[in-house]
Amino acid sequence: MMREQIRPTLVSFLLLSVITGVVYPLVVTGVSQTLFKNQAGGSLIFRDGKPVGSALIGQLFDQPQYLWGRPSATSPAYNGAASSGSNFGPLHADFLKSVADRVQTLKAADPGNTALVPVDLVTASGSGLDPHISLAAAYYQVPRVARARGLSGETVKRAIEKNTQGRFLGIIGEPTVNVLKVNLELDTAKQ
Amino acid sequence: MNTNNLIQCFLYLAALVLCAKPLGLYMAKVYEKKSAGKVESVLYRLCGVDPNKGMNWKTYAAAMMLFNVLGIAVVYSLQRFQNLLPFNPMALGAVTPDSSFNTAVSFGTNTNWQGYGGETTMSYLTQMLGLTVQNFVSAACGMVVLVALIRGFVKKQANEIGNFWVDLVRSTLYILLPLSFALAIVLVSQGVVQTFAPSHTVSLVQATADSSGKAVTEQVLAVGPAASQIAIKQLGTNGGGFFNVNSAHPFENPTPLSNFLEMLAILLIPASLCYMFGVMVRDKRQGWALLAAMMLIFIPLLWTCVQTEQMGNPAFAPLGIDQSASTLQAGGNMEGKEVRFGIVNSTLWATATTAASNGSVNSMHDSFMPLGGLIPMLMMQLGEVVFGGVGSGLYGMIAFAIIAVFVAGLMVGRTPEYLGKKIEASEMKMASLIILIPCCLVKLGTAASVVSPGGTATIFNPGIHGFSEVLYAFSSAANNNGSAFAGLGANNIFYNIALGLAMFISRYWLAIPTLAIAGALARKKIVPVTSGTLPTHTPLFIFFLASVVVVVGALTFFPSLALGPIVEHLVLAR
Repeated sequence: MMREQIRPTLVSFLLLSVITGVVYPLVVTGVSQTLFKNQAGGSLIFRDGKPVGSALIGQLFDQPQYLWGRPSATSPAYNGAASSGSNFGPLHADFLKSVADRVQTLKAADPGNTALVPVDLVTASGSGLDPHISLAAAYYQVPRVARARGLSGETVKRAIEKNTQGRFLGIIGEPTVNVLKVNLELDTAKQ
Repeated sequence: MNTNNLIQCFLYLAALVLCAKPLGLYMAKVYEKKSAGKVESVLYRLCGVDPNKGMNWKTYAAAMMLFNVLGIAVVYSLQRFQNLLPFNPMALGAVTPDSSFNTAVSFGTNTNWQGYGGETTMSYLTQMLGLTVQNFVSAACGMVVLVALIRGFVKKQANEIGNFWVDLVRSTLYILLPLSFALAIVLVSQGVVQTFAPSHTVSLVQATADSSGKAVTEQVLAVGPAASQIAIKQLGTNGGGFFNVNSAHPFENPTPLSNFLEMLAILLIPASLCYMFGVMVRDKRQGWALLAAMMLIFIPLLWTCVQTEQMGNPAFAPLGIDQSASTLQAGGNMEGKEVRFGIVNSTLWATATTAASNGSVNSMHDSFMPLGGLIPMLMMQLGEVVFGGVGSGLYGMIAFAIIAVFVAGLMVGRTPEYLGKKIEASEMKMASLIILIPCCLVKLGTAASVVSPGGTATIFNPGIHGFSEVLYAFSSAANNNGSAFAGLGANNIFYNIALGLAMFISRYWLAIPTLAIAGALARKKIVPVTSGTLPTHTPLFIFFLASVVVVVGALTFFPSLALGPIVEHLVLAR
């Protein structure tokens, strides 16, 4: 009973491996590189011909003239080679302390701002690479960024809204602001 | 009540049910086709297989085991020797023996528990030729066992339950491969990477410093042939990510659309198999009934998870943080979640991925609120029969249906029957094994771990939540799910071996009894329907079946859940 199954086992494994493990990924790669070269390669963003990041991967910003992204649990922050979430449970003492510290840091950078801090700005993303913040988190930072750059709040808001993506078909997902794109835009913004 | 949350959940379920019928019909055609197609004929000739020759259940099981053991051995070897093999542009070293064992079993058993981080451990060759191949064939193996079981109901006084090789080849070539190809290309259009180039190095827009104060001016972006693997890991209820954080990674799941499609792919085949079941047993109501019983459990648990996470973390109250949902933000408990998915798409995913034995994640379950994290845990503990793995979920649910008709039979004092076949002692024994083995593995594994130094050494969150991490790990491995409370450091000898064994036992010690049931049923006559036959398509039976699933799960696991997430919730609410 067993012996006559040995040849089919070996041959079918070999053939299915070639089909699903070699031909399939190679064909998908070929088609993707032809149809969607930029996306398949990582949606890179170039400035002056040099790659400065990916539209899909966040970067750490902590200077006042830039829009800040979410806290990142990777080491160092926004490490695109080793993604990770914090995995803190909701009651972990270190977690609650890190959230409180983050609130303090945000308040210290903009002492006049008395609004409540939007939650996504003080909690680490699942990937540690989240390129987005919510609109609430972006608007919260407008006064600080505007002051640090000597720009009007309106100019900063325009940069934010230009790089905001709504829900898919107005229903699916959540609206997002791409932090890196806003900051690249701000670096070129005039008074 | 958050209307958008409600609409998104509804749209998802509506899309799922709409797809179940056409795909179910198509799959029934694939398995019932009498003559072999051109491509498959060539394969059969090379394999020396006569596609028209059926197998009895023992031969069928032997063929399945041989094929699976060979697969596990190959994945093990690929990892051990990847440093010497090609397609390793990042020059990653050989994987340790215990981790290789765990991963090989994990992918062979359709679990895809991952003790390792993908982008830092596995060469492109290992990902493709080892892991992607197993994603296909382990899913196919789940489907073929189901198809064999269905034939057990359909056949009359027969010995044969089909030909393993034919079922395997057809599942792979005609169902999994075309769906994966289409999904992979759409995912790339959204931004999922698919390339053989090594990582990119880009210069940061704002230079920063790491924790030791050293300047950081560059960012390394790991890429790779991800889309082809992600498509099948979603469709085949595998769940093993290309990157460490799975579908939370923007290169695995970049947009709301990619997320919707990946989520749909999680439940697509399991839901469609219900319809296929109805078609193959020549009574479509039976298929709808099983799907309805699954939905009856799924929807309330889903909504509980959405609401719990949307309420946010009460411990944030004194900190001056806005957690309310508005047009400007999703609000809620955003730790471990991505902004583009917000609360509803993170919880919808978490519920779907644990209802099915998929186990991919788009948010970190470890950071869910206690009752939010209880939902995915409970979903797995119910035995992965609410959708469940491709094939394995439905054969688990059919085992529950056998138990349900037996219990109902006891109540009215009649010999139980299901789909015209008498359910007797041997089928009941096998069905009980299918239900009891995972329960025992979860409880014994968790108990042994929390009293041994090896088991407690790598718990990340202290106290109650740490217990939940271990309970989650064994619930996941012993039900072939693969998701994790990822704080638990599982890449060590203790967990690699313990969880590896749990995955192996729960996969094959369930699949083999299922085939035994198939063999026993196939030999029986069909009992004609009389006025005393218990109809198994009515709302009453659907409700009864769902109750049996919930009662068995709740009785078994309520005490353990009380020690973990329930206590944690009470502490938080204090």
